[in-house]
Amino acid sequence: MEGGAIPYLPRGVRLHHDRVREAWVLLAPERAIMLDAVGHAILSEIDGERSFSEITEALAVTYNAPAEDIAKDSAGFLGALRERRFLEVRS
Amino acid sequence: MTVRPPIAMLAELTHRCPLSCPYCSNPVELTRVDRELDTDTWKSVLRQAADLGVLQLHLSGGEPASRRDLEELVSAARDAGLYTNLITSGIGLSERRLKALDDAGLDHIQLSLQGTNPEMADEIGGYAGGFKRKMMVADWIGAIGFPLTLNAVLHRRNLHQLPRAIEMAVEMGARRIEVATVQFHGWALKNRDTLMPTRAQAREADTIVAEARARLKGTLVIDYVPADYHSDYPKRCMGGWGTTGLNIAPDGKVLPCHAAETIPHLSFDNVRDRPLRDIWDHGAAFDAYRGTDWMQEPCRSCDRAKVDFGGCRCQAMAIVGDAAATDPVCIKSPHHGALEARAAAHSEAEADLIYRSPPLRSVEPAE
Repeated sequence: MEGGAIPYLPRGVRLHHDRVREAWVLLAPERAIMLDAVGHAILSEIDGERSFSEITEALAVTYNAPAEDIAKDSAGFLGALRERRFLEVRS
Repeated sequence: MTVRPPIAMLAELTHRCPLSCPYCSNPVELTRVDRELDTDTWKSVLRQAADLGVLQLHLSGGEPASRRDLEELVSAARDAGLYTNLITSGIGLSERRLKALDDAGLDHIQLSLQGTNPEMADEIGGYAGGFKRKMMVADWIGAIGFPLTLNAVLHRRNLHQLPRAIEMAVEMGARRIEVATVQFHGWALKNRDTLMPTRAQAREADTIVAEARARLKGTLVIDYVPADYHSDYPKRCMGGWGTTGLNIAPDGKVLPCHAAETIPHLSFDNVRDRPLRDIWDHGAAFDAYRGTDWMQEPCRSCDRAKVDFGGCRCQAMAIVGDAAATDPVCIKSPHHGALEARAAAHSEAEADLIYRSPPLRSVEPAE
């Protein structure tokens, strides 16, 4: 994913706190994806306004980790969501 | 055994439908209109489902738009925290109703496709003008911006239209298409002589889907239900009996799958009599084939036992006469060869379509 790209969740895809399983899930058309702490942290930063590099830099500060590592992991995770049309990107 | 909560619930709001598709998955014994659950009972069921752990609600039928309280039920489902998916033919939805469903918070629509042109679609659906109306509904869905899945049901008569169905999904702006080869349950069992695809058709569909998946990556997601009589291993039916999903019939009966009533020795609880949680955790019909203890050979010692859970219980019942047998689609089933021969015979037979009949509106007067 390009650093300047702005990821967003399209209509019909949303974060949901599952109070029964005490976990965060991504709800999408006919799918429910259980999120681990990392997945939830990345998706929580997506607001449809900030770019991918702004998001990964913020995560690097919060989790005190190298920005390149965060960008690599996030790009893989978000890329897989994008392929399934659970995430869109505008430039 | 600790029972995990279900993820998905199929709510068959009604068995009424303007269409009469010959492969309808509703039971051959349709629920009478005067036996349907009322609005308040459905709302209670939706709240109970969310409390139990259901995340995805599929509002289906019959045609769910035949229920005048559909908008109210969508709203109640969203209030309960459920993701709401409407499974519809589009018939019965107007632009005004779609806007009301948007206001109610409907998340997603799955629109069925009986054929890619009026001649095919209206013949299969048994409803003149249905295709034209459906295309209008698709336009309204796109204008409002609902995420859309196109659900193309395919069989021998229309499998040649698969490439066009995929094109139509892209043109409509659908994010996803379900390419669903007819599964032979319910009314479809009566129509195997006219709907069974040939083995060559089934393999061609595999190729078309594989090519389209590669070409449309990132544009259109293709979920594919292959022709299972022509497969080597059975489907992981319902993700495993009593593990993932449940189905509420229009009269409130709680079923492990939509065809479960074809297993004659099972008895089903009703939401009118027993809390949904209790039915899921302890109901006899759910316990019957949950896990692997019920399995016979060759399933019991098979390394795929927890991959496909022996396939479909209703298909084992329908073909082999024993719901605990291995689904005969499996190459390890002693009945697989007979099924292959039967599939070949059905695929070469000629017969007229036998359409689904409508549910009775009330009790017929006694003689």
